[in-house]
Amino acid sequence: MSAAFDEKIHDTLADANLQLAIYAATGRLIDHRKQAVGGAALPDYQELRTQANALKKHTIDHLDHYLEQFEAHLAAHGGKVVYCKDAAEVADFVLGLAKERRAGLIVKSKSMTTEEIDLNERLAHHQLESVETDLGEYILQLAHQRPYHIVAPALHLTRYEVGDLFARTLGVANETVVEKQTLIARAVLRQKFLAADIGISGANFLVADSGAVVLVENEGNARLTTSAPRIHIAVAGIEKLIPRAQDLAVFLKLLGRSATGQALTVYTSFLSGPRRADEIDGPEEFYVVLLDNGRTKLLAHREHRQSLYCIRCGACLNHCPVYRKIGGHSFPWVYSGPIGAIITPQFLGVGHEPGLPFASSLCGACAEVCPVKIDIPKILLDLRAEVKKSEEREGKGRLERWAFRLWAWVMCHPRIYEMAAMAASGMAPGEDGRWLRRVPAIWNLAPVRAWLSRRDLPPAPARSFREMWRKR
Amino acid sequence: MSREYVLHKVRTALGRTAGQAVADPPPARLRVTEMDSETRVATLLQKVEALAGKTRRVAGPVEACAYVRSVLGARSAVASNAPFLRECGIAGLAGVQSGFMEAAPLRVLCATADVGITSADYALADTGTLVMLSSPREARMISLLPPVHIAVVPRDRVLTGLDELLTILPDPAAQTSSTVLITGPSRTADIEQILVRGVHGPGEIHVVVVG
Repeated sequence: MSAAFDEKIHDTLADANLQLAIYAATGRLIDHRKQAVGGAALPDYQELRTQANALKKHTIDHLDHYLEQFEAHLAAHGGKVVYCKDAAEVADFVLGLAKERRAGLIVKSKSMTTEEIDLNERLAHHQLESVETDLGEYILQLAHQRPYHIVAPALHLTRYEVGDLFARTLGVANETVVEKQTLIARAVLRQKFLAADIGISGANFLVADSGAVVLVENEGNARLTTSAPRIHIAVAGIEKLIPRAQDLAVFLKLLGRSATGQALTVYTSFLSGPRRADEIDGPEEFYVVLLDNGRTKLLAHREHRQSLYCIRCGACLNHCPVYRKIGGHSFPWVYSGPIGAIITPQFLGVGHEPGLPFASSLCGACAEVCPVKIDIPKILLDLRAEVKKSEEREGKGRLERWAFRLWAWVMCHPRIYEMAAMAASGMAPGEDGRWLRRVPAIWNLAPVRAWLSRRDLPPAPARSFREMWRKR
Repeated sequence: MSREYVLHKVRTALGRTAGQAVADPPPARLRVTEMDSETRVATLLQKVEALAGKTRRVAGPVEACAYVRSVLGARSAVASNAPFLRECGIAGLAGVQSGFMEAAPLRVLCATADVGITSADYALADTGTLVMLSSPREARMISLLPPVHIAVVPRDRVLTGLDELLTILPDPAAQTSSTVLITGPSRTADIEQILVRGVHGPGEIHVVVVG
């Protein structure tokens, strides 16, 4: 584990207000989901998950076919696909188009993919203003922060912090009533929508058989982003494809419910190409950027490619006992929680943050609530093995390996195990949980202490099971 | 840019060759429930109300027009070119402007109008949803920019739900660049998870079912 990861975790754990905020927000989302998928609310929930998994598996296993199909259908409706291999290519494309069309202002709706490639920063570097319009994302842009949660990006901020932030950055009165703060943002962003030349959105789904981009949202900012400016660019990972528009009957039922407990979000937009000749309004140009950025690397692994089934509902974050303690900003990349713990090492390499696959209790809650049935715990275990293998190659972790070899040997020899257990319980003063502090010096050696700092050892009981068994 | 590069990497990763045949995807899963017309309308209105939308069931066009007039009061409004709004006499109400075929003037008006009035191509009973297809009859901005949205829907356009919509409209892109499902008023809960309506889209929505 890197020192930065360790430090962020401890900072989060030490912040009582933040702990409460994370716990309350995720708890509420857990309740909402439960009411929306449980029992009579959605009787065929499990069948829908099975179907969603089968559809995603089929699409990802034949991704080249569906990419080309999507491209052809979008072209038939006057839209254009732009393939990009990395972040720099996306920025180059947007900058080039903006220059050619003399575009000065960009409005953006929420997109994890553009967060992943730091699009705003890259555009700002070339003096192109790109304004986030989702309320949470707008707040984070003003605060220069990353999203805390896939679905609730600003869940860590209080209304008081937002009031200060608006006063400082927008020059408005410090307002702490949430309704009034929302109106302030609405007024500022409305002007941006009406002045913008380009709207950049993400994509929740790309529909192969109709060449359509599907966007779900509650605020209406994605509708404005995709309809008000004269150019619409959707930026999406190549894994967002689904075969048919009819498959939305499966995915839309799962996405809103898993994310926020809504049967459907307030707005679902199904967009294909620019405004048609007889339509009154809508963009004149329509582009879909299909981004690789590490996805094809992941695709090559037959078992792990299921990580690309993710529809970004955030349910695994809410249900993860680790996320609920360490929060979103402790994670080393934009994707947090269990899904972040499996895709970050696969996109950026296991060495990026070797501690990440270990930041899990492997309780399995993530897999249980995943609407597309990604086997997250299994992949975490595989990634742990990869981390250990790479450490071994680098000659790291020798002590730990020896310790486990010794442990395995002791466990295979009952007499020696018994003696070791006696020695251990002899050192333990009782079940007061303060065992470690009183034990002899060996436990306080730096590497051992570091290893134990993130692990709880239960206090040794006064009598071992073997003793009790003999005296029964 | 990197079209061939990305497609090549995808194929290599999957062990596939260009143009290689693909088995059919798992069959589409659509479950259309039986629901008589009255139940559909009742369910729609109940779901819209549950989302804090306002609803009204009226007997005919005259009553629909009267209801819209009472909601408008002295406020200004933009109406879409939907023939049904004309049939109801809503497009001709005092304070209502209609008949826009150009984006620019329509947008200027929508940005200042108090109310946007549209019909809807369909409504989905089980989720309380309006389905808006962009066309010469329905512009995108009218249901989006004004702070209040009134949708006047004939009862025969009320479907059971999403599955029925996708059964009769298997590819919405075949007829329009934009299909939008509207389920309740615009909302956000991004600050302390406190629900606020009307952040970017209309915070007030009226669904009027006619017939």
